[in-house]
Amino acid sequence: MSPQELQVQQKQELERKEERTVPARTYIPTADIYETADALRIDLEMPGVDKSNVDVRVEDSVLTVDGKLDFSQYQGLQPLYTEYNIGHYSRSFRLSTKIDQGKIGAGMKDGVLSLTLPKVEHAKPKAIKVT
Amino acid sequence: MIPAFDDPFAALFSLQKALDARLASDWLQDATASRGPFPPINVFQQGDDILAVIELPGVDKKKLSMEAKENTIRISGTKESNYPEEASVHRRERAFGQFDRTISIPITLDPDKIKAEYRNGILALFLPRAESDKPRSIKIA
Repeated sequence: MSPQELQVQQKQELERKEERTVPARTYIPTADIYETADALRIDLEMPGVDKSNVDVRVEDSVLTVDGKLDFSQYQGLQPLYTEYNIGHYSRSFRLSTKIDQGKIGAGMKDGVLSLTLPKVEHAKPKAIKVT
Repeated sequence: MIPAFDDPFAALFSLQKALDARLASDWLQDATASRGPFPPINVFQQGDDILAVIELPGVDKKKLSMEAKENTIRISGTKESNYPEEASVHRRERAFGQFDRTISIPITLDPDKIKAEYRNGILALFLPRAESDKPRSIKIA
């Protein structure tokens, strides 16, 4: 097996302090966070979630992402062999004051939600010239 | 009794886990009960036909290829990251790389009628059973 070959990643189920009233599983979407010169980017993997069922909100400096899965597509199907389970996705991140919370952008492609969190002006890197 | 919510996977999962535990232990392995290589696949029956649902988030449709032969399906492709060069990474949980997986289906397929649909990071393969493989009722003369 080449080192580049992909391995199956187990889904991690979300554990909440409070109990849920909706009977469905919720998983933590795997995320990549990286920084560019003017923004922080978060990419979350939420396979099966349509962009109309994604809810992104900021409350008390906490960014919460909820992705609801449409279970109706699985209705009437008889499982023969299964390797992964399905459920909703949910994850939250605490934002620092260096993020411009009013300008957060979101895009969805191939089951991956990409969030762009622009930095506030004073947090952007400045090159200092030696005179 | 509290009625349990409808989870078609739970029962099958626990059975599979129990069977897996008997066959092999997870000693020194990072995987739990999963078996088989990437990508993970769920197989369903839909009348006479088979529906395979494969999770492939973040894979470009153009980087995905499928081959069908008799009763096997081969799925291969590349999952690529599209991060800008200058990006500095804070957290990396997603995995990127190549994959190539072959699955065999317990029925003979009609390769011309296979349909594939890739939407929201999920690949759905409609695998129709070959006409010659379908059971026939025999009348007593």
